Amino acid sequence: MISLWRDMNGRGQVAVALAFLVLLFAPVAATRYLLSVLTLILYFVYVGQAWNLMMGYAGQLSLGHALYVGLGGYISAALWVHFGIGPWLGVVPSVAIAAAFGAAIGWLGFRFGIEGVYFSLLTIAFAEFTRIGFDHIGFVGGAGGLFIPYEESRLGEWWNLRGSQVFFYYLAFGMAVLAVLLTALLARSRLGYQWLAIREDETAARALGIDVFRAKMKAVLISSSMTAVGGVFYAFYYNSLFPAQLFDMSRSIELILGPIVGGTGTVFGPVIGAFVLTPLGEILIAVTEKAGINAPGAKAIFFGLILMAIIYLVPTGVWPWLSQRLGFARRRS
Amino acid sequence: MSALLSVVDVGKRFRGLIAVDRVSFTVEAGEIFAVIGPNGAGKTTLFNMIAGVLAPNEGTITFRGERISGRTPDAVCRLGVARTFQIVRPFPALTVEDNVVIGALLHRTEMAAARRHARDVLATLDLFDKRDFRASALTLPDRKRLELARALATDPKLLLLDEVMAGLRPTETDRMVEILRGVNRDMGVTILLIEHVMRAVMALAGHMLVLHHGAPIAKGKPEDVVRDQKVITSYLGQESI
Repeated sequence: MISLWRDMNGRGQVAVALAFLVLLFAPVAATRYLLSVLTLILYFVYVGQAWNLMMGYAGQLSLGHALYVGLGGYISAALWVHFGIGPWLGVVPSVAIAAAFGAAIGWLGFRFGIEGVYFSLLTIAFAEFTRIGFDHIGFVGGAGGLFIPYEESRLGEWWNLRGSQVFFYYLAFGMAVLAVLLTALLARSRLGYQWLAIREDETAARALGIDVFRAKMKAVLISSSMTAVGGVFYAFYYNSLFPAQLFDMSRSIELILGPIVGGTGTVFGPVIGAFVLTPLGEILIAVTEKAGINAPGAKAIFFGLILMAIIYLVPTGVWPWLSQRLGFARRRS
Repeated sequence: MSALLSVVDVGKRFRGLIAVDRVSFTVEAGEIFAVIGPNGAGKTTLFNMIAGVLAPNEGTITFRGERISGRTPDAVCRLGVARTFQIVRPFPALTVEDNVVIGALLHRTEMAAARRHARDVLATLDLFDKRDFRASALTLPDRKRLELARALATDPKLLLLDEVMAGLRPTETDRMVEILRGVNRDMGVTILLIEHVMRAVMALAGHMLVLHHGAPIAKGKPEDVVRDQKVITSYLGQESI
């Protein structure tokens, strides 16, 4: 963390401190709508960062991270709805089960040498069959969905994750900040360097004494656990869960777009990515509505075109380009 | 003096082909040992068995009294055997220093200590000034030295070098010879090298082994081995020294 701070020059430090303060005091000035957009952005910062640890640092491409969001959300919601077990407690089994799924995927992939795109296919497969499975589990509502009752009287019960928009905003803010700090910490740790070595060249990493299997397992365990916590947030923020929505492939893609656009393998990439993409989506909705374009998918087409343009112009991500342009990185002597 | 590395009756077959046929030799602590032979003689297969990439079909390899044949490359490295690759494999997107830090972290948990050690190694190998370059930006001779630096940063007792001179010009070869001598003498690292460049082998090796068609045809001090008739006809005949 300290090294993250020290690696930036004065300008970078001022920019990060300013952004932090603006977000800290945003609820004072922001409208309810703006606050809901900011909450969504911070949620994507959090889950994007969790995915970034696995892909950006350890080089393992997961295209099924919706699996962990879904498991975290469903398990914590079911515990609350059926047994009255609050999310602060429910997060423990949610994380444990998501991590167990992560461990199963990791073990299958890393033990049996399922690498690269084939590993990605494995992650998709797990997310897909879990989705189909949840469609048929009556206990959690099946395809009809699971709902957390919204009771006015419970608002303010922060210990049950029942609260106002401002409450959820600060929750997302806290999670995003912790995710950034954790990434910064891991990136400068022994494990972080082992991940980079594996990402760059697995054979060479092994020749330098790195237990590749173990390091990759740690990556998938940390990433899946973190993502499951995001799922708990999602469940109690939105109060409704559908398998087709939570576990869908498109949710996995949505989750990884931020870090890809912002820059994988960087601490601030997923942050910038979320702050670029989520507002872009909102703006496109407003603009297409204003322009009277009602054709279905119009927004998605524009979104796709802009995405292509960004990736074409800054292929390594917005953050590396931005931090260099604005002179944030400290020149190492 | 007991042997640091002993290879006993080691053999490796690929389907019907015998790549390495009952090879035995020992490397004493502190020496520089060379394995030479024409292309296809089984040098790289032998090397890969010591490094843990391949498991031998027969025979045993022991390092400091511990059996290492059949172990994984990372386990072998953790015991103190570091290697370089014939075709260098730096971590391209990382800086030169970070490349070496990864090696230094094998036996160090503190980042600061690993970084200090990495810088010491870089200074020894004349790469200190290039420590902030991306590894992909280096020239081939520099990349070869980076590969060596990364291996040395793991504090090996034994260094395995797979054709570390290949692709170097004569002046660069002489420089590498000097560096390797320093590594052997000052850092006390035993070296086992597989090499084609006889100029380097003659300058460095205390003992050598000549392989031909997977079998050892000569063993001993370089000045004796190069006079061996079998060695001259099978290998040196085409390439005068």
